[in-house]
Formats: sequence, C-alpha cells, structure tokens
Amino acid sequence: MTVETKLPYNKEYIEQFSTSRNEPEWMKTLRLQALEQAEELEMPKPDKTKITRWNFSNFKHEYTEGKSIESIKDLPEILQDYFDQENVPQNLLIQRNHSVAYATLSDDLKDKGVIFTDIFTALKEHSDLVEKYFMKEAVSIDQNKLTALHAALLNSGAFIYVPKNVEIEDPLQVVFWQENPETALFNHVIVVADENSKVTFVENYISNNDDQETVANIVEEVIAHDGAKISFGAVDNLAAGTTSYVNRRGVAYNDATIDWALGQMNDGNTVSENITHLIGNGATSKANAVSVGRGKQIQNFTANIVQHGKATDGFILQRGVMKDSATTIFNAIGKIEHGGTKANSEQESRVLMLSPKARGDANPILLIEEDDVTAGHAASVGRVDPIQMYYLMSRGLAKEDAERLVIHGFLAPVVNELPIESVKKQLTQVIERKVY
Amino acid sequence: MAGSVLEIKNLHVEIEGKEILKGVDLTIKGGEFHAIMGPNGTGKSTLASAIMGHPSYEITDGTITLDGEDVLEMEVDERARAGLFLAMQYPSEISGVTTSDFLRSAINARRGEGNEVSLMKFIKGLDEDLDYLEIDKNMATRYLNEGFSGGEKKRNEILQLMQLKPEIAILDEIDSGLDIDALKVVSKGINKMRNENFGCLIITHYQRLLNYITPDYVHVMMRGRVVKSGGPELAKRLEAEGYDWIKEELGIEDETVEQNA
Repeated sequence: MTVETKLPYNKEYIEQFSTSRNEPEWMKTLRLQALEQAEELEMPKPDKTKITRWNFSNFKHEYTEGKSIESIKDLPEILQDYFDQENVPQNLLIQRNHSVAYATLSDDLKDKGVIFTDIFTALKEHSDLVEKYFMKEAVSIDQNKLTALHAALLNSGAFIYVPKNVEIEDPLQVVFWQENPETALFNHVIVVADENSKVTFVENYISNNDDQETVANIVEEVIAHDGAKISFGAVDNLAAGTTSYVNRRGVAYNDATIDWALGQMNDGNTVSENITHLIGNGATSKANAVSVGRGKQIQNFTANIVQHGKATDGFILQRGVMKDSATTIFNAIGKIEHGGTKANSEQESRVLMLSPKARGDANPILLIEEDDVTAGHAASVGRVDPIQMYYLMSRGLAKEDAERLVIHGFLAPVVNELPIESVKKQLTQVIERKVY
Repeated sequence: MAGSVLEIKNLHVEIEGKEILKGVDLTIKGGEFHAIMGPNGTGKSTLASAIMGHPSYEITDGTITLDGEDVLEMEVDERARAGLFLAMQYPSEISGVTTSDFLRSAINARRGEGNEVSLMKFIKGLDEDLDYLEIDKNMATRYLNEGFSGGEKKRNEILQLMQLKPEIAILDEIDSGLDIDALKVVSKGINKMRNENFGCLIITHYQRLLNYITPDYVHVMMRGRVVKSGGPELAKRLEAEGYDWIKEELGIEDETVEQNA
C-alpha cells in the first residue's frame, strides 16, 4: 500500500462537514486553508522509521454517532476495567465514536468556571477561547501534512479550561472509545491551565479493530500559564488495525509545570511525538513514557523538551519492552536554547528485549546552545539478565512469573507516575496482556 | 524420619570447560547443621551454586537427590519448591519490585494455587521476622536489594530464609562483609530456624561465624573435594592452626582448584 498523493476528502466535503457540525465561521475557514496546505506539505519524517508505506489514507471519516449511556455500568466489560467501580470519577467524559456517550462534571467545578466538554460543544459555546488556543501556540497547522490534514478533518475531541487560581484536586478523565472499527479518529484535545491553577488530566484511547484498517490522527495541546501545574496521564490502547499519528505538545510559561505520564500501548504502527516547550523562567517538565511492542508493529516515539527560559528543568524517562518481531525507536531529545542559563536537562531511555527478532533503538540526544547549564543522559538496550532470573527462580518463582516481575519492575518507574490509581491498574493490565 | 535428606554423590562440576568439583560426597539430613570450610578457590561456592542450578555451571558426573528425587532433573524454581534454598553470596538487585511483593509471590509459589497466604497473615509474619532481624520496616517497601548495603543484603537473604522456611538451606558466605553486630543478628535468625525438620549447609572460610552457630559436622574442601570431615572440634583446630596441617597430612601443596590440572 502506498500513500495516495490525492487527498480522500475535498473542499466541498469539508465545507459541508463543518456546516453540519454548526461550527463558527473561523473554524470552517481554518479547515479549508488547512486542506490547501495539506496538499503542499510533506509527511513527517520520524528519525530512523520509514512511514511512507503506512496506511494514512484508507479510512472512513464521516461523523459517527455512538449510543449514549446512563451509567458506566452500561459499558462493555473491557471498558469497565478502566474505572474503579467503588469510586467512579466525578469528572468524566466518555466519547463513543465521535459523540459524547456520558459526561459529568462536579457542581463545584462548574461554579468555578471550569470548562470540561467535547470539542464541538466548546466550538459552539466557547468559540473565542477555542480560537485563541487551537493550533496556535503548541502545534502549528503547517508542521507537516498530517497536522494540516488533522485541522481540515478534525471530527472529535475534548476541550478543558481551568480558570486562574483554581486548583482541582479530583482528576478530569476522558475516554476516547473508537467503537466503530473503520471510522477514523481525527481527535483534538486542548488542556489550558490559566495562571496559578492546577489540574490532573487523564485520557484513554481504546479500539478493537484488529482486522479492519483505519487511522488515528491525534493532536493534543497542553498549555500551562504562569505558575500553573498540569499533570497529564494517558493510556493509548488502539488496536492493531489502527495506524496512529500522535502529536502531544506542551507549552509552559513562567514557573509552570507540565508532567507527562504516557502509556503508549497501541497495537498498530504508531508515530508519537511528545514535545514540551519550557518558554518561561523556572518552568519544569517531566516526560515519562512506557511502551510495549509486539507482533510486527513498528513504532517511533520522540520525547523532546525544549528549554527557552532561565533555570528550567526538563527530565525525559522512556522505558520500552519489545517482543515478537516488533520494532521501536525511542528518541529522547533535550534542547537548551540560547539564553536558557541555569537550565538542567536529563534524558534516560531503556529498552528491554524479550525476543531475538525484536528491534529496539534508544537515542538520547542533547542539543545545547548555552554555557551555564547542567545536562546528562543514559541509554541502554538489553535482555533480561539470566542471573536476575536465577535469583528470582531460586525462591520458587516459575520462569514466566520471574520474567513478569522483572518486566513490571522495569516499567514501574513510569507506571507509578500515572496520576490515577485505577488508570495505573489498568495500564498494568494492558502491559500484562501485551507481554503475555 | 524427621525432615528431608539431601544427598550428593561423586559430584563433578565444570564452568566454561574447567572442572571445579572433582567428586564431592555429602549427605545433609533434617535437623543437622553442616559447615563447609576451606581456603578461597577450593570449590565451596561452586558446590552451593551447582546444588541450586546456577546457569553457568555444568554437572558432568555424579548425582544430587532430595528425598530420593533427582534434583539435577529439576529447573531452578522446581528445586526451590521442592524445599531447597540458597542464601547467595551476591544477591541480585531487582529494580521496581518491592521486597514484600517479591516475598509474597515467592511464598505463594511454594504454597501453590488456591492455597495463597492471606495478606494480613503475610504482613504479620513479615513484621515479626523484620523485628527479629532488627531490619528497618521500610526495607519491605524498598526495591529488592536495590541500593542495599552489603549487610542489608545479607539480612535480606536471612529474612527470605525465615519467610520461605525451606527443608534444606545452603548459606553461601553469609558472614562475608558483616560487622560483629550484624553477624550476631544474622546468626540469631539462622539459629531460630533450627529444628529437627530443617537441615543447613553453611559455607564459610572464617571460623568466627561458627562461634555463633554451632555445626554438628564440619567438612574441609580442597582441590574440589571434601578432604576431611569431623565434629565442631575440627573448626576449633582450624582456627587455632590454620589449614597447613591438613595439607601436610594429605600431601597437598596447592589446595586450590586452579592449578591442579
């Protein structure tokens, strides 16, 4: 299969789509401009992974409704696992295909002016606010062909805004459930924490299309204004038939913090980039990510923290487990821009190989344009240590159980960073399923 | 008959093609404490590793049985579940796995499915043993051996011994690197295990450990064989006179395996 140079959807289609969603005029214009740009722009070129033959064109785009539900008990069992039944989140949004199936937000947060809604509702009810952030500061429309296509074809997503000085203790959770096996997900998430606010956001991507092919083109923009703190957790669990492009980007201003904990557990081919710009002085970011590769899937993960401000702190931690004939490239890039004095930049990438046919590559990269900084990096690609196995087995653990302990232990530093207990548990289950 | 019987006959072991053990015979029964002494490089630790099934060692001849069952046919984990335990000289560090999670998995592995220890009972038992060995409670939540000092690792091995309650334990230089206070605590833990169902093989090249744990039998290894056996008095004589008299008695010039080709 090759990428078609001709786009599958034209101007008329997009105009009609935007109208049917009752979008503001600026959004329609933006979509049409993006479509034109998409025709000119090139595909992204992830380092060391060739994606020219991946399926980015075979999908159905039409807006697909999903049935709404009364309570999370109405969800299929596979989704029940995503919640602690005793303690269902107060602030929860479940998107089924492209529509909202379930949504709750506590009265307290509503009163404080917190916005937590799907992207189409946000475009209608908070048009100015969405326009202010939509593909402006974080991801630009013309970054590549896929980001432009994303803007043109956006068909789902969520918008979160936390006003100044509002500190939210309970997490906000969104589940993007791709129930229809052929429908594409052009999903856009915006999380804005205004000055001195604080929020924990967690999202899950789920699908079951092992055989039918489709595409997920996901763009997420996370913006922390002065003094704001955002803790961002994700578990990506799209099935083998989905080819994914995930672009998660953060922008942190003075003394702001964005901490990522990403469980990158897709079963299909995936390019995922997670770039955080520390614009302000004293801004910090931790980018933690785990991945398990299996089957024949090919994945490319880039974590990049770009440090512009003074006295910023960026820490990247990647852990991957590779089995079968999976191939994964991990790029961890720390960049300190000119003027970023007293910055600290650390990267660590470690890959554990469980099969001789698996391929793993860990590339830590430091790009420094300032003198007065500290930086360090570490990387390793290795197998399970037979002496560790001997030690664990000498206490009576069967080989598989010993290996399971070593793998969970290896991934623990990232898994433990996930901000919600039930999501942590669920990621552990996904890891278990993928590894065995 | 009380307890288990570990029987080693004519054991020959190679590592990377070089023969280290050249016919070891030894029988350990429940209720008995044996000590194996000998200078460095005579094959003591190789014996311990071979019994447990260390992947680098190859058995070229001889047998090891536990209550008549062929130990050499068993995988490492099967040996453990059959009742063998080795307190290692250099325990592995397992990042991301807490000591208590690991211990509970190990206990349950031995007890078998459907017979798992309850969480409450496990915690209570663990707390008791931690206290007994004067180990800080937070070790249970630290990652297994990661960043532990030498002394902490040794205590942790004895903690595992006490928790897993094997039939036959082999302690490989459990005293090395311990100061006198730690040595006393570790010995206290080992002595607590003493009963008619528990057999123990203590490997050491210092007599000082045997001041705290009195062995029933003492064996001396040289050149990959047990060259002399006796009672506790043998250890006393070794402390007083060293090993030279044995070498003289047996006409051995170099006691190590290395240059004995």
